Amino acid sequence: MDSKTKALEVTDLTVAYQRKPVLWDIDLDVPSGVLMAIVGPNGAGKTTLIKTILGLLKPAAGHVLIHGKSYIEQRQIVGYVPQRGSVDWDFPTSVLDVVMMGRYGELGWFKRPGRRERDLAHDALTKVGMADYADRQISQLSGGQQQRVFLARALVQDAQIYFMDEPFQGVDATTERAIVTLLQELRAAGKTVIVVHHDLQTVPEYFDWVTLLNVRCIASGPVSQVFTDDNLRSTYGGRVGFLSRNGTATEVAYGHPV
Amino acid sequence: MDILYSLFFDYTLRTVAIGTAIIGIVSGALGCFALLRKQSLLGDAISHATLPGVVIAFLLTGSKAPLVLIIGGIIAGWLATLLVTTIVRHTRIKEDSALGIALSVFFGFGLVMLAFSQTVPNANQAGLNRFLFGQAAAIIERDVITMGVLGFITLGLMTLFWKEFKILSFDPEYAASLGFPVRWLDILLTTLLVVAIVIGLQAVGVILMSAMVVAPAAAARQWTNRLGLMVGLAALFGAMSGVGGAMVSSLGSGLGTGPVIVLIISVIVVVSMLLAPNRGLVWNWIRQQRNRHRLRLETVLSDLYILSQQHQDPSHGHSIEILRAMNVGRGGVEHSLHILLEKGYVQEIGPDSWVLTPRGLAEAKRLLQDMNGLPQPLQEVTVS
Repeated sequence: MDSKTKALEVTDLTVAYQRKPVLWDIDLDVPSGVLMAIVGPNGAGKTTLIKTILGLLKPAAGHVLIHGKSYIEQRQIVGYVPQRGSVDWDFPTSVLDVVMMGRYGELGWFKRPGRRERDLAHDALTKVGMADYADRQISQLSGGQQQRVFLARALVQDAQIYFMDEPFQGVDATTERAIVTLLQELRAAGKTVIVVHHDLQTVPEYFDWVTLLNVRCIASGPVSQVFTDDNLRSTYGGRVGFLSRNGTATEVAYGHPV
Repeated sequence: MDILYSLFFDYTLRTVAIGTAIIGIVSGALGCFALLRKQSLLGDAISHATLPGVVIAFLLTGSKAPLVLIIGGIIAGWLATLLVTTIVRHTRIKEDSALGIALSVFFGFGLVMLAFSQTVPNANQAGLNRFLFGQAAAIIERDVITMGVLGFITLGLMTLFWKEFKILSFDPEYAASLGFPVRWLDILLTTLLVVAIVIGLQAVGVILMSAMVVAPAAAARQWTNRLGLMVGLAALFGAMSGVGGAMVSSLGSGLGTGPVIVLIISVIVVVSMLLAPNRGLVWNWIRQQRNRHRLRLETVLSDLYILSQQHQDPSHGHSIEILRAMNVGRGGVEHSLHILLEKGYVQEIGPDSWVLTPRGLAEAKRLLQDMNGLPQPLQEVTVS
């Protein structure tokens, strides 16, 4: 894999909160155009990994390249969907307004969003099935609708590579389906999508690439090669009982090698 | 009417009213951002923390020129916020405690300095005390000019950085991911808040100034779901209480301007919390009653339907007692039946014998279908 086809290249990345390492010596190569899940137990550093890649947290060591360049140079081609719970949904603003925030970076200083931004936001809302909600106050949205709004906000960024932090958390089955379809459309359009994911059962169905993370990077690669019982066991550590059950379920359901 | 007359034609009162209006507008507008960023306590800490700055500025220069004292206050308020961020970043102390520490340390020091300033032989020192509770009556034209210029700059910057402040307040991490320097924006917005607070100190006082930051914003939030409108309303509420406070205290009742201003804005807050549509308590209560009422009707209707299904004969009547038994603890069955009768959903075919009309039957079927189908929020199920 040469650096042109690499969407994301993480080298020796170490992050610590007050001396306690949260991520330790992560090396990661993600090819362009994959739909990748990051899985791992709570406290594995999944969110921290994404935030560090996006420059929101300072690493103690290591560096990150996005399509061969630093994040600061590539900001325009990166889209971000933070955890839905990270903001106060009682903020006095409308759905359309939140989606237009995805254009603020492109707009630059002082310029206010105008007609073009409004149109782009409407398009994105249509893609996530929320066109009728453009003028809604955001506090009136359900969890799944909030998630769709955040997705629409990332879509208007028109990025090449997307980072999404638990987009499936607390959404109903319909929304989950809609989001998966959207992610697969993004992949079909040649985008790279990296998703923090919690449900091991759906990994083989939804994703083609996976990174198993628990402070260290346990494994990363195509789901068919990397998503094995052994790797899952080393990722989830002590909880082997829970794990082998999960592993078997995965194996039975999708026929993956143990 | 005299007081209104004086407001326009009495030079002194007009000056005071313009001054307090500026204070209310600027602190109301900037207060919205503090409120939305959950930083209401920061306003309290800043205003208390400005006291030593004001006193030291006076001691150093011997001048009570508004700009000198304001700059002293700004520096002290700014140092206090710096202290808060430093404590939060480098220790395990959380923000609320850090705010408490900054507030008490700076305010305590300010009181000491104030006491000390009284012992300095300087004919000019009298009147610094008014920074504690505020004395709008002492506002003169040069104060108003200073306030006006500073307020104008503050609001101008707020307008210029509107989009940036909005995204900073809603989702700072996302703003950072887009490349906005959120730390600098945060510092800028906090500085504007400090300025908004400091220009009000002379009239409202360090102790009550924080109310001018929190209260107009809290009241405005009740009435609107749009940031722009919220900022405008908060400015209006702030101005109203400022002018009102100036007028009442100028009546010579001996009431301090600061306390009166705060009383007025408190009334506005209470009224807003009670009466504002959608968010107000009264409105919520009415909505709750309406829902409860509708739920009762729906229950009686579906109960009658269930009863009718148990009998082959649709004209078989049912007594209120049966419905009551099915509705234990809910009450109001008889009342509900009469409303349903008016709507034409039920009819009384004999003494204490009730059946569904064909319309009522259709409605009950639809209701039960809705309940068994996709979960639907209660508000959207209507009996009409």
